[in-house]
Formats: sequence, structure tokens, C-alpha cells
Amino acid sequence: MSATNGLHLAAEIGGPPHYDARHYVELARLAERGALDFVTLGDSFARPGPDALAVLSRVAPATRRIGLVPTVTTTHTEPFHVSSAVATLDWVSRGRAGWSADVSTTEAEARLFGRRSAAPAAELWREAGETADVAARLWDSWEDDAEIRDVATGRFIDRDKLHYVDFEGATFTVRGPAIVPRPPQGHPVTVIDGTGGPSQEAAARHADVVLVRATAPEQAAGIRADVRRRAAAYGRDPDTLRVLVALTVDLGDAETAPEPGLESGPPLAAGGSYYRGGPVDLAELIARWHRAGAVDGFHLTPITPERDLERIVNGTVALLQHRSLFRTFYPGGTLREHLGLARPANRYALAEART
Amino acid sequence: MTAPTRKQMHLAAHFPGVNNTTVWTDPRSKSQIEFSSFEHLARTAERGRFDFFFLAEGLRLREHKGRIHDLDVVGRPESLTVLSALAAVTDRLGLAATVNATFNEPYELARRLATLDHLSDGRAAWNVVTSSDAFTGENFRRGGYLDRADLPRALGSARTRGTPYTRAAEFVATARELWDTWTPDGTPRPFRHQGQHFTIEGEFTVPRSPQGHPVVIQAGDSPAGREFAASAADVIFTRHGTLEAGRTFYTDVKARLAKYGRQPEDLKIMPGVTFVLGDSDAEAQESAAEIRRQQISPQNAILALEQVWGRDLSSYDPDGPLPEIDPDPDSGLVQGRVRIGHQLAVAARWRALSEAKGLSIRQTVIETTGRQSFIGRPETVASELIEFVSTDAADGFILVPHLTPGGLDEFVDRVVPLLQERGAFRSEYTGLTLRSHLGLADPVGKD
Repeated sequence: MSATNGLHLAAEIGGPPHYDARHYVELARLAERGALDFVTLGDSFARPGPDALAVLSRVAPATRRIGLVPTVTTTHTEPFHVSSAVATLDWVSRGRAGWSADVSTTEAEARLFGRRSAAPAAELWREAGETADVAARLWDSWEDDAEIRDVATGRFIDRDKLHYVDFEGATFTVRGPAIVPRPPQGHPVTVIDGTGGPSQEAAARHADVVLVRATAPEQAAGIRADVRRRAAAYGRDPDTLRVLVALTVDLGDAETAPEPGLESGPPLAAGGSYYRGGPVDLAELIARWHRAGAVDGFHLTPITPERDLERIVNGTVALLQHRSLFRTFYPGGTLREHLGLARPANRYALAEART
Repeated sequence: MTAPTRKQMHLAAHFPGVNNTTVWTDPRSKSQIEFSSFEHLARTAERGRFDFFFLAEGLRLREHKGRIHDLDVVGRPESLTVLSALAAVTDRLGLAATVNATFNEPYELARRLATLDHLSDGRAAWNVVTSSDAFTGENFRRGGYLDRADLPRALGSARTRGTPYTRAAEFVATARELWDTWTPDGTPRPFRHQGQHFTIEGEFTVPRSPQGHPVVIQAGDSPAGREFAASAADVIFTRHGTLEAGRTFYTDVKARLAKYGRQPEDLKIMPGVTFVLGDSDAEAQESAAEIRRQQISPQNAILALEQVWGRDLSSYDPDGPLPEIDPDPDSGLVQGRVRIGHQLAVAARWRALSEAKGLSIRQTVIETTGRQSFIGRPETVASELIEFVSTDAADGFILVPHLTPGGLDEFVDRVVPLLQERGAFRSEYTGLTLRSHLGLADPVGKD
């Protein structure tokens, strides 16, 4: 079993849909007070709710350090637009952007667009992987020092540092380069929910953060080892991956719950493991799993964000901080820095350096 | 002197970039990309009580002679995302995004625009543009079937002119159907749209936004564009920078409204204009000439020449005479930018001017392109702007500064107070939404 480093914590701030910005700003600021790595905001074309990437863009100037990770689906969108919007979230948040890649499998969603029929999840996840791939290529299509503003030659950019990506996938092609210059993090953080099933390969191949589901630390450790092995098979260094256990949490009856602890509950929201109990016991659980080297951290989905996030921050996180198991401030500014992930080298600059 | 009954002017600020208007060589020129630049210009516009802040769009980097064009500002962040962030640092300013109707889908875009309208409490606007350009299409799924599905309809009928507007018109109408699906009391209703370009159905996920429909802006001067604006837009973004051309355009467009059951005040005409200020008119003229020299660098002069000639003219001296060889209009030398029409006629005009005045290549280009619209001391510029509006050459202006991000500061500090004193422009916002700033009625929702 490979060792984990610092503990990473993230929280979902979506719930029943709200359309005013204030609601989301308050939740993100609350999570930021707890020094969480990032907040996520789920999204889908099929159920009521605002566009998540726009919401977290609105949240960006109202927060300073917390990572911002909207769900972005890849089935009915243009990969070029997806890449531009996520890169722009990274610019407006000064390096705090990520995206949680997802697919749209239903016929109802397909009919909202009228461009293609519903397709099997496996097929759509292959396409989502290609979208993540082309997005990363587009983020690299400008080298970091492409803007030169050379008055003598009149050149604003060095066009030798801009690159066509010439991507050919199974369902789309993209010529490039990007319109948006390389974002502050180089690559915004890619999150994929990757427990088994059709998203597994895309997660192992493209994700920086993989969400997994487990009901016991031994199980989590096994899944983490499997994800890391698959990533290595794609030529990746497994230490550039963070594996977080996704947990739906209900801290509603904290003190009175007869049997606090983890349950395999009914599939809620994104489905999976379900914790009901108090914030102190949740801290115990997090500490125990992390100390066992089973996971790099947790992604918590509160069933009632306003109530449960407050209890997570002021109860669970405060206790973990008190025990020196979780940071009390952000030592860095970007989401990659929170996660302990290096800023990726630019593949085109590297290729040039080699020749 | 206050004249409260005077026709009120509308003002908008264009974030400058991706053209040679922006003088990036100026030491005061800062990032075109960092959020702080957008924030500065937007806050300045709001301090000046402007109607809205305007972002252009590009979906493919321009090319020249098969290589990426490297002389002007290149690259920009994605508009709707930037505007969502700007909603956090402004309170009243309208937020207008240019978004292409060809390489987007109505459901997704209507949802993003409605979201921006909610997040900004009713300040969203959409500038509808189109493209029939396979060059841009190479970045998109849609590019793959643009030729197959769309172009055959266009062939034989004035090239592609009708087609992008047909799709755009149906796109806008479809977006409006989606924005109308929630009843005012907050109940979603299913929608079904069946048309030439889109057949979609389902439920829209965003309740009716504060403006009902975000403000729709249309840019383009062709007859098809004017007709589309008259039928569907709230604001038309034009290029007519002279009084006479402005009045002609104004009369023509306003006359087209009646057949769509609309009133003249339902569509605001706002030309994009540039300005140069100084302490005296002579000083402003001097600055203006210097700015033109900065905009037309020696390299940009050759490039402008190559665009007209359609030939590689890199061996020519920008300070020397125009080439004696004739243009090649069919060369396809230039990609991804608006082509200068009638290249042979333009070349003939440039030659005549150059010979008459003894101008070099660079001087000829400076003389013929990029002249600023309003030049003078603040009093002069304020008077000219008021004359444009009061004589119906425009309803207002979209100002394009030549510096990022401080290019609007002087205008807001020195010209806006004069406009306000003369009763031509608001001193305070009187409403909350962009529709309110523009004096546009709320769209009637269906119940």
C-alpha cells in the first residue's frame, strides 16, 4: 500500500436549486473558512438548476483561496467551448479552477439538443476522456511565455510558441490552438467520479482527482491501489493522482443518532456511501481512514448544505485541525497547490526542448 | 444648464482587444487576459453610469499567409465566464457577451444566458453573431456538418447570406421560447420546438430570469442583418461613425420595425466608436495622429497592404511607395478575419491617394484605416456626441478605448460629467436591470 500525504477535503455545495448568487457565495466562503481544498457544484441539463460553471465564476471574486469545481458534461457540448470555459474559470479565480467531467446518458437530455440520440455510458465516457484529452492539449497550445510584446519587431506573440492540436477523436476533431492563453495552473484540475463501471478508464487516464466509493477502509485502500495501478499503466506517475472517498453525509441529528457511523444507504444524489451521525464521529472516521493510508481524503456531499456544511467546518474540520490532521490555513494560492499537485509541464514546450 | 427633456444617450464600454485598435506597445497597456483588467474597465464603466460592458468573441485565431497572425493582441478568455465573475464586482452595469449562434446550441446557450441574468440580478445581454466559416468550424463538432447540412441551402442564393441569419433567427426565437417556459409564478412547462434548424423538446431548467429575456444585441450592417435586428433585437451594434451615414442607417432601420409590430424606441442604435481626448482640440488631434502611428506599425502597414493585394509583399519597404503589381483577390491569403471587399477598387483608391499626396505605404494605410471617431477636448467630444443623439444619427455609443484597461478613465472623468450637466446622460441609475437602463419594456411572459 502506497503512503498518502496530507489530508484533502472537499465538499459539494449543490442541493435544492437556488438561482441567486448569495446562497452559493455564503457556502463557498464557509468552506473556505474551513480551508477545504475545493467545493464542487453538481450540474446536469436534465434537472432544475443554474449553469454550475457560471455560478462558480460568480463565486470566484467573492472568495480568495478555495478551489472551484463545477460539473461540466461532455456529451452535448463542444469540446472547444468546454476547454475555453474551464480555462477562463481558472483565469477569473487566479488558479483555483477544476472541473468534474460527466456524461449525459438519457434520451431526455438528448432531446434537449436534438443533435444525437442517447448512447451507452461506456461510449460516452470514451468521448468524455477524449474531451479531457483535447482540453489538456488546448491548454498547452499556448506556451506560458507565448505573449512577448516585442516592440522592435511589432509582434505581440511569438507564434512559434502557439500550437495546432490537430486532435482527431471518434466523434469530433479540433484544430486549435486555444483562444484562451494557457491558464494559471497550466491545467485546471480534472475530477472524475471513477468507481468501477464505464468512467473508470477515463478517470485513471485523465483525472487529477478520482472520487471513489467505499464503506470500509480496507475496501477503499483496494480501490485506490487499483486506480493507481491503472494510471501507471497509462504511463502516469500514480503520485500525481488524489483519490478521495465520496461520502454523502447527514449530520442532522448529530448528538441523538443511536448508531452514528457509515451506512450503505440508499443512493442519494450521486449515489454511494452514506454517513449519518455527528461531526465528531465523522472526524474520527476521516482520521482513521486517512491514517490507515486508505485514501488521500474525502469528498463530502451534505444532504442539507446550509446545515451540514456548517457542522462539517465548525465540528469535523475544527477537530481535525485541533489534532493537526488538517491544515488551518492555505499555504498556497492555487487548487493544485492545495492538492500538492505540481503545475504540469507544457507538452509542446517539452517536445521542442527534446529536439 | 440642465435640459431634462433632452433625448437621453446610452453608453456602453467595449473591452478592447484582438485588433490593431489596442495600442499594446504603450507602457500603460496591461494584461488583456487577467481578471484585474476586466474588473478595472467594468468598474470604470459603472462609475460612469454606463448602460453595459461589452465583450467580443473569437473562436479561431486569425491567420495570415497560413500562419497565426502575431502583430495584434491575440487571445482572450471566454465571455460568459468573465461576465459571470464581473457580476460579483459590479452592481448595476449591464453585461453583454458576444456568442456565436452557429457553433452553439439553443438549449445550452439559453441556459447559460438565463443563469447570468439570475446571477447579475437582471443585467445580462447577448450579442448574436453568426459564422458560415469552415475555417472557424474546424474547432467544432458542428464544423463537421456545417458544409453538409447548411451550405447546400445557401448555394445559388446570394452565397451564404441568408443561411446564417436563418439559423440565427430561429436560434433567437428558440431561446425566447425556452425563456418563456416558466410561468411568472414559477411553474415549469414542457417545451417543444420543431423548426428548420432545431427540433428539440423537454424542460428548461432555469426559472424565468429577472429580465424575462436577456437583452438581445445584433451586430451587422447588411440588409439581412438589419432585417434580423428589426425583427428580433433590442440593440443594434453598428459601425456608422459619421453623422450623415448614421442618420441614413438610423432612418432605414427604425423604418423596418413597424412591420414586426414594434415601435422605434424598441430598438436602440449604438455605433461602436473610438475617441481621443486632449486639453485642447489641437492637442487631441496630435495625440490621435500619434495613436494611429502606433496602431499601424511598419509591420501592420505591410499586413494591411497584403490583405488588400492578396499577395506576399513582405519584401516591400513600409516607408516606400505602393506596389505596382495588381492585387490577386482570389488568393485566400488571409483567414479568420473580415475580408476587405472589392479589393481591386480599394487598391485603386489607395494608389490614387498615395500619388496625390505623395504618401508611403505606411502613410497611406494610416490615412485610409482606423481613423478615430471623436477627437477633441472634452467639451468638443461631448457636444459632438450630443449632436449625434439629438439629431437621430444614433441612440448612443459603444466606446472602444485604445488602451487596456485604463482607456476609459479619462472619458468617464472628463466627458461624462459634461454629458450629465447638459442633461444628455443619467447621473444615477434609476433602475436595476439593463432593460431598465435602456428604456426597454419587459418582454411579456406567457401565463
